[in-house]
Amino acid sequence: MLTNFVPPDLAPAYPEIFLLTMACAILLVDVIMGAASRGLVAALSLMTLFGCAALTALTATGEVNTTFSGMFIDDAFADLLKMLVYGSVAAVLVYSRGYLRDRGLDKAEYYLLVLFATLGMMVMISAGHFLTVYLGLELMSLSIYALVAMDRDSARSTEAAMKYFILGALASGLLLYGMSMMYGATGTLEINGVLQALAMGQANGIVLVFGLVFLVSGLAFKLGAVPFHMWVPDVYHGAPTPMTLFISSAPKLAAFAMIMRLLVFGTIPLAEQWQPMLLIMAVLSIIVGNLAAIAQTNIKRMFAYSAISHMGFMLLAFTTGVFNGHAALALEAYTSAFYYMVAYVLMSLAGFGILLLLSRSGYDVENLEDLKGLNQRSPWYAAVMMMTMFSMAGIPFFVGFFAKFSVLLSAVAANLVWVAVLAVAFSLVGAFYYLRVVKLMYFDAPNDVAPIHASIDMRVLLSLNGIAIAVFGAFPEPLMQLCRQALARSLF
Amino acid sequence: MNSSLLSLAIWTPIIGALVVLMTGNDRNAHLARPIALISAIVAFLVTIPLYTGFDTAVAGMQFVELYNWIPRFNINYHLGVDGISVLFILLNSFITIFVVLAAWQVIDTKVAQYLAAFLAMSGLINGIFSSLDGVLFYVFFEASLIPMYIIIGIWGGPNRVYAAFKFFLYTLLGSLLMLIALIYLFMASNGSFNILDWHELKIGMGPQSYLFFAFLIAFAVKVPMWPVHTWLPDAHVEAPTGGSVVLAAIALKLGAYGFLRFSLPIAPDASQYFAPLMITLSLIAVIYIGFVALVQQDMKKLVAYSSISHMGFVTLGFFIFNQLGIEGALVQMISHGFVSGAMFLCIGVLYDRLHSRQIADYGGVVNVMPKFAAFFLLFSMANSGLPATSGFVGEFMVILGAVKYNFWIGFAAATTLIVGAAYTLWMYKRVVFGEITNPHVAEMSDINSREFLILGILAIAVLAMGLYPYPFTDVMHASVDNLLKHVAVSKL
Repeated sequence: MLTNFVPPDLAPAYPEIFLLTMACAILLVDVIMGAASRGLVAALSLMTLFGCAALTALTATGEVNTTFSGMFIDDAFADLLKMLVYGSVAAVLVYSRGYLRDRGLDKAEYYLLVLFATLGMMVMISAGHFLTVYLGLELMSLSIYALVAMDRDSARSTEAAMKYFILGALASGLLLYGMSMMYGATGTLEINGVLQALAMGQANGIVLVFGLVFLVSGLAFKLGAVPFHMWVPDVYHGAPTPMTLFISSAPKLAAFAMIMRLLVFGTIPLAEQWQPMLLIMAVLSIIVGNLAAIAQTNIKRMFAYSAISHMGFMLLAFTTGVFNGHAALALEAYTSAFYYMVAYVLMSLAGFGILLLLSRSGYDVENLEDLKGLNQRSPWYAAVMMMTMFSMAGIPFFVGFFAKFSVLLSAVAANLVWVAVLAVAFSLVGAFYYLRVVKLMYFDAPNDVAPIHASIDMRVLLSLNGIAIAVFGAFPEPLMQLCRQALARSLF
Repeated sequence: MNSSLLSLAIWTPIIGALVVLMTGNDRNAHLARPIALISAIVAFLVTIPLYTGFDTAVAGMQFVELYNWIPRFNINYHLGVDGISVLFILLNSFITIFVVLAAWQVIDTKVAQYLAAFLAMSGLINGIFSSLDGVLFYVFFEASLIPMYIIIGIWGGPNRVYAAFKFFLYTLLGSLLMLIALIYLFMASNGSFNILDWHELKIGMGPQSYLFFAFLIAFAVKVPMWPVHTWLPDAHVEAPTGGSVVLAAIALKLGAYGFLRFSLPIAPDASQYFAPLMITLSLIAVIYIGFVALVQQDMKKLVAYSSISHMGFVTLGFFIFNQLGIEGALVQMISHGFVSGAMFLCIGVLYDRLHSRQIADYGGVVNVMPKFAAFFLLFSMANSGLPATSGFVGEFMVILGAVKYNFWIGFAAATTLIVGAAYTLWMYKRVVFGEITNPHVAEMSDINSREFLILGILAIAVLAMGLYPYPFTDVMHASVDNLLKHVAVSKL
């Protein structure tokens, strides 16, 4: 029997293999060197990410390569998303270090868990099979549950981790159930196989739609869209700020990949069924997220509700791809969603980055009041935060504007003018609480006048992050084209 | 044949603003002030060729610049001016110099940020007046809210936070609906954001009405027209002197300009159909708001209401659809830019000395400030439309146009000459004449040479425009003529 065994082509999975090897190596370094290895572990983790980026760039062919019998896909879409994931994870590591060191949390476990979560995301992004999706998802989620509970003496963090774990497990269950239904209807778990089976039109419609409902619910859970959003504020609030930063950045990209793989790559013939589901969730997320954010005094909770509304906006783009039974707008619509997600991650990194910058030992910046008078303490970082807030509110010249603009454009193109008007109306509501942050930073006198301490790498990266928000806001075309081409090469 | 004059007009002040910001904190205020003044003067000088090189025989766009900006949505960096817009760019750049001068000794906290905000806003407003691309227009239109929000919020009066939020959210409400209208026009014109293409577009009466109202809300808030004017008195009262000057002299003109650039040419049939509504709203603004101004106790509020009343004249002039009306309205806009700017500067002079805006706190100012009293008298006369001042020309032309359209509308509009004189001169009498009752007034010193220079130049402008308005009307004649011909042709 062994003679029939053909070893799989490992080349498309080199980055994942490299990451796993390095993670094991870092584990060994920590075991051998103990507490002395802190700086080394951090440096090695960053180097691992750079190595992965180099490998991804080197192995990128621009074509669709599959391996492990179609379970693993390496295409332009996956390459671009992975690069973005490396970038945001690297930013998370840099932003978090000072905070973790001040609180004695900068153990090797933190870096390892982040790396394993990254591996999970990469697997999700490259998934060609429902089981690969699930495998990646669980690897990522389990690592994040542990990360949230890292500060084990904090009752709030453990509670948040528990809540996240239980709801996350429920969502995984829903997803699995949906996958099994799809299997029942189509006889395959391979994403491409499902697509072909659906195109043949021989699958049982009722079973399919039944399965689809569970798939969409599971996705919505992971994304934090209304009505599956309950965990988001609690986890954002309860987790230590670096973990919140992490949750709000790279995993969102992975969740986007999951939606793309499951709904677009796998079940686009059912778009007429899943689009209305997403539309309802998108509209509800925009409404609930923006309204609830107004009432928050804790800035992490405010960001959580703002994240819900942003996810709603992003989902809106998905509801416009197939129109009148034709996938005419698909590429434009999914490009808009992709760009929106990238813009959101960029803004989220900057927003939480500022919170981490201002926190120091024994003092967490958590409440809106803590941002008071930032302009007097540091005009530059106040400007970065202001740009982030205006960007989130969708005011031009910042990256959030063209992200919202392209989504609105695709909504109007699909004759969803009423949704566009509604989304715009709630952007006005959203503008209020973003403006309030600007007000606190600029119009009020500071409560706290301690000088801001941060390492030079964090200062540089955070400044670049702020500049990127402005530059991509003024010149969105290159990044948009990058997203568009990656999708065009992988989708059709 | 790209000319770069308009780009210079936009970006010179913005680059100046960045340089001013780099001077840092208030220790370097002695650097920030001259740099800002030089930037403002240079920014004005670069706009002069726009006037001297302007071909008055041409009705179309001049100094056109066209570059690709975001090809994905066919958005271009498309600039150009015609006889309607060119004067506002000059006016705006001219007024900015006085705003910088007026802040010289008065503003002593965060000087660099204050001056930079005004310079940046000046550039953005030049961008609004010269954009020929819908999205470019929108981007400048929205972005110009940010500096004004900051200006009111940081350097404003006691109730500044409320005023800043009200200003921002009110204006955003209008402009978001305009965004949907722009996207709709993009779809209707098969993918063009060129405003000039939209002028040629055939649109049915239904969509025209929706577009008309979307633009109406955006521009009516900005003008502001009754009944969406309530943000203006708050913003004016709380803003620092420079903020009030820019709001009154320039920002209000943006809304009126929008009517001429968007509403009238894009939806001519709807404009004609809804003209009675617009005329009614304008007359309410002229007459009712005039009476509201009469009872104000606060000088800035009085001038704010007088601005609303004067802008009512402008919208009235637009919607009677004749040459005299539109040209008169344009002249009125420029004259109001000088006069209201000068009125707010005069009130600023008083406020700097007594720190009160209440009319009742003054009285007998002429005894201690004779030079100031003379200037204030001239501007008050201009504000009430005395012949030989600029205020008379525009009002007289609009009244003539209105009488041609309908005698009673002209009659109603003409009552403003009485009401306007009543509230302005009554305020002047209470502030300047009479006995000194407040001992602090006796200690006030007359204007210094800097204030004399500012008020003197504006006085020359007001008189020159009143005595010889030909250079202004000559520039706009061809473009207004062309606009009227365009509006007269149905697009149904």
